[in-house]
Amino acid sequence: MHAYANPARFLKIARPLTPVFLLAGVVLVLFGSFAGLFMTPPDYLQGDSVRIMYIHVPAAWLGMGGWSGIAIASIVQLVWRHPLAGVAGRAIAVPGALFTAICLITGSIWGRPTWGTWWEWDGRMTSMLVLLFLYIGYVALANASDERTSVSRATAIFGIVGAVNLPIINRSVVWWNSLHQKSSITIKGSTIAPELLWPLAPTVVGFTLLFAAVVLMRMRANLAEAKLEARMRRMAAA
Amino acid sequence: MNHWPFVIAAYGLTGLGSVGVVLWSYIAMRKAEKAAGSLERDR
Repeated sequence: MHAYANPARFLKIARPLTPVFLLAGVVLVLFGSFAGLFMTPPDYLQGDSVRIMYIHVPAAWLGMGGWSGIAIASIVQLVWRHPLAGVAGRAIAVPGALFTAICLITGSIWGRPTWGTWWEWDGRMTSMLVLLFLYIGYVALANASDERTSVSRATAIFGIVGAVNLPIINRSVVWWNSLHQKSSITIKGSTIAPELLWPLAPTVVGFTLLFAAVVLMRMRANLAEAKLEARMRRMAAA
Repeated sequence: MNHWPFVIAAYGLTGLGSVGVVLWSYIAMRKAEKAAGSLERDR
């Protein structure tokens, strides 16, 4: 891991990967969305509103996956003092918050025709809303520090403590009565009909690649700004 | 109930959000790398 602790070595890998992730992500998202909108039948119970699943599920995955990334980066920063860990945590926070918000909004739009309500204060929706607030708190804490190449210890600890919400989100539909259905896709298989399920694979992979491209771009921007600031400081001191 | 307005709203919002964050990140990266690059040349 420390082999990639050098920002120059990281940039050598990130520069060619960014356009590859971006292009592959766009192609897969467009294909999966087109397939989900026009190539699958409506669900026998949910009708056409089931098509929202192809964007709602990737958004939920990225909201939770993003915070997992922040928690891992925080541990790496605190334990191994990896110089890129703070940059990664910072770069994940904004797209993570965005996809959590997209998950909540598309879920609400799905809920109106399916459940007859825009919002219900049940375990799944409330814990997902808490995740959005955690992201906002993380962004605020990270921006409170002037340091571009890292985040403060308090921010890193907040990133680890916030991860306690992830199993709560995952188990919420089991622990409490919820309008939200139980997990449809598990390691044992899927309860979704195959003719409805298949476009989910390209949208999940596509949005994940887009997310990775955005994180790489934000890390590159932060590293370049840090380089600029360090140079300015040296010039001011001279 | 016609579900298509809900579907269109969900896809529209997701599209806007995704394009927005990609463009914002790309512009910020280009601007920062350009500034850092010009600094390198001035040294």
